[in-house]
Amino acid sequence: MPLWDWDYAFGILPDLLRALVTTIEITLLASAVALVLGLLIAIVRRTRIPVVDQLVWALVEFIRSTPLLVQIFFLFFVLPHFGITLSALVVGVLALGVHYATYTSEVYRAGIEAVPPGQWEAATALSLPRTRTWTGVILPQAIPRVLPALGNYVISMFKEVPLLLAIGVVEVVNAAREIGSVTFRFVEPYTIAGILFLLLSYPASMLVRRLERCRGDV
Amino acid sequence: MDNLPRIVAVLLQGLPATVIATVGGIVLTILLSFAAGLALLSGSRVVRGLTRVYVEGFRGTSEVVQLFWIYFVLPLLVGVQLVPLFAGVLVLGFNHGAYGAEIVRGAVQSVPRAQYEGAIALNLSPVQRMRRVILPQAVVEMLPPLSNLFIQLLKSTAILSLITVAEVTRQGRDVLVPNFGGDIVLIFVVMLVIYLVLAVLITVVMRVAERLAAVKVGRRPSQEAQIAAITGSRVA
Amino acid sequence: MATSDTTTTKPMIVFDNVEKRFGANVILAALNFTVEPGEHVTLIGPSGSGKTTILRLLMTLEKVDAGTIRVGGAYLSHMEKGGRLVPADEKHCRTVRKRIGMVFQQFNLFPNMTVRGNLIEGPTRVLGLPKDEANARAAELLELVGLKEKIDAHPTQLSGGQQQRVAIARALAMRPEVLLLDEVTSALDPELVAGVLSLLRDIGDTTDLTILCVTHEMGFARDFSHRVMMLDGGRVVEDAPPSQLFSEPREQRTRDFLRAVLDRR
Repeated sequence: MPLWDWDYAFGILPDLLRALVTTIEITLLASAVALVLGLLIAIVRRTRIPVVDQLVWALVEFIRSTPLLVQIFFLFFVLPHFGITLSALVVGVLALGVHYATYTSEVYRAGIEAVPPGQWEAATALSLPRTRTWTGVILPQAIPRVLPALGNYVISMFKEVPLLLAIGVVEVVNAAREIGSVTFRFVEPYTIAGILFLLLSYPASMLVRRLERCRGDV
Repeated sequence: MDNLPRIVAVLLQGLPATVIATVGGIVLTILLSFAAGLALLSGSRVVRGLTRVYVEGFRGTSEVVQLFWIYFVLPLLVGVQLVPLFAGVLVLGFNHGAYGAEIVRGAVQSVPRAQYEGAIALNLSPVQRMRRVILPQAVVEMLPPLSNLFIQLLKSTAILSLITVAEVTRQGRDVLVPNFGGDIVLIFVVMLVIYLVLAVLITVVMRVAERLAAVKVGRRPSQEAQIAAITGSRVA
Repeated sequence: MATSDTTTTKPMIVFDNVEKRFGANVILAALNFTVEPGEHVTLIGPSGSGKTTILRLLMTLEKVDAGTIRVGGAYLSHMEKGGRLVPADEKHCRTVRKRIGMVFQQFNLFPNMTVRGNLIEGPTRVLGLPKDEANARAAELLELVGLKEKIDAHPTQLSGGQQQRVAIARALAMRPEVLLLDEVTSALDPELVAGVLSLLRDIGDTTDLTILCVTHEMGFARDFSHRVMMLDGGRVVEDAPPSQLFSEPREQRTRDFLRAVLDRR
């Protein structure tokens, strides 16, 4: 049996590409969760309400320091116990999104801290309301600064989507596994899956690196 | 709650595998990080290019893909079936070594030019220069982001459950969930706590290492290194 | 400089036994002084003497630990609730704070907005002015500070002196009754300082703003102020018109300070 069968490889490509689309969809959905939730966490922590701040900090550290796979299983097995039935894909998006929200919240925090205190003071001197200070002065300065770091986390999320195969989501690697288990030829499916990841994530991280360098000139 | 002792016992049966994978992975990561990190700074374009292929290749593909490839595909190509735990350690080491290479490279490059020049003025050979002057100072910069990387590695050991390694996560999912369905929340909480304790252990050891390194050199890690350790050292 | 009349009108600013601590350090201790409407008062003294803290307390960037501050008759640091005085909440602060404007040492213009944006931000968002009125006011003020053509420029495209003049225009756009100037020329290149100081002199002459100023520019202080207060260790050491304080200071501490500062020339 030859090591690599090109006909077979091209034959399975459509199925793998279809699964890749699923992978990308999951990435985008989870990124939306992570980017929005992370910002909310960062803002809440900034307001420094005594008990809430400690609780949020503990929860964030706990989720950040423990394996994503375990958190995926946790949501998948535990939620039904509380009467919440969600599809594996939604569970996966939630787990991935919340896990990465803990990373993005730190990134946002660093960006917000980097805004000079004088900006807060000028806003106070003009008596700007709190919300306007955030939306008009602070966030427009904090977020552009951290876009490269956020971009890198989106790319990381993309690469961790295969973990969802553990709860049955049909993304690229799971599709490769299914295709391979039918024909018992695993070389082509898994190799193509790997190449597909590389083809998407490498240019993406080049883009992020270019963005980082551009920022340096501003 | 009555099942707690049994749950803990079953999960701890997975601890040796988790620890071996973590320690083995970290050792391999350190070796590859230094080798590749220094290779990225080599004068030879070929060496730099090849290393770049390794770094971008492993950083750009998913760890799960790499794991499945080494465990399912490599045997078909080379004819050798790897023991799951060994395959796992290899993937953990190669994957995190690629990220570590960037950390090492960045740290070595952050040592002020003046140190190189001072070493040259003292007529030290390149090897002596690296060993006695540059690396000790670079190590101080590397330790915070490496600490982060090692905790990432610990978290990645859970993935080995997907290729039948009997570590903590597999114990939880395959042994406990089917048999102790009622205590599901407890099972996962204990699992997460075990990983948390291991993560804290790694952090403590790295903090001690940071302090020792700083004392030997008289420097503390720069602001950038500390910030990188917080916001994630996965930035290029 | 004409001195203000001793009238029977209420003082504009009243500090009553104000105390301010930072941790174990007492920056201001039982501080008492008043400023009449339209007066220009300069605060001088060594660093750590509390001059900037006084401005920051007035701008509600800090809270008092003891004592009260009144601006235009209303309590700034506190509010009246059920016949008693309680520490002011944010809402109360905002109503009194609107009468006060501040120009900072580091300008603190918003880099994500143009000059126009900076100038209309306060008037539209806080004072509720319609856009065209705010724009008209912005144009008028930029004309006053000599930067009419820079209205659509970004702060990063302006020199330090230009940024500070925009910052002054931004503060004036809120039509405050009190203007606080916190070492507004200390961060400028020496050749740009004169332009800003001359602008401030014009503003002082043509408006009836009450101005409290912290500065190291002694020449400016002499020309511009009705009164100069020398602060040290959180207390008012001496308080007199500049003609008297600079030529015949009564206190030894003032003498020492002036000698150290003026001898540098």
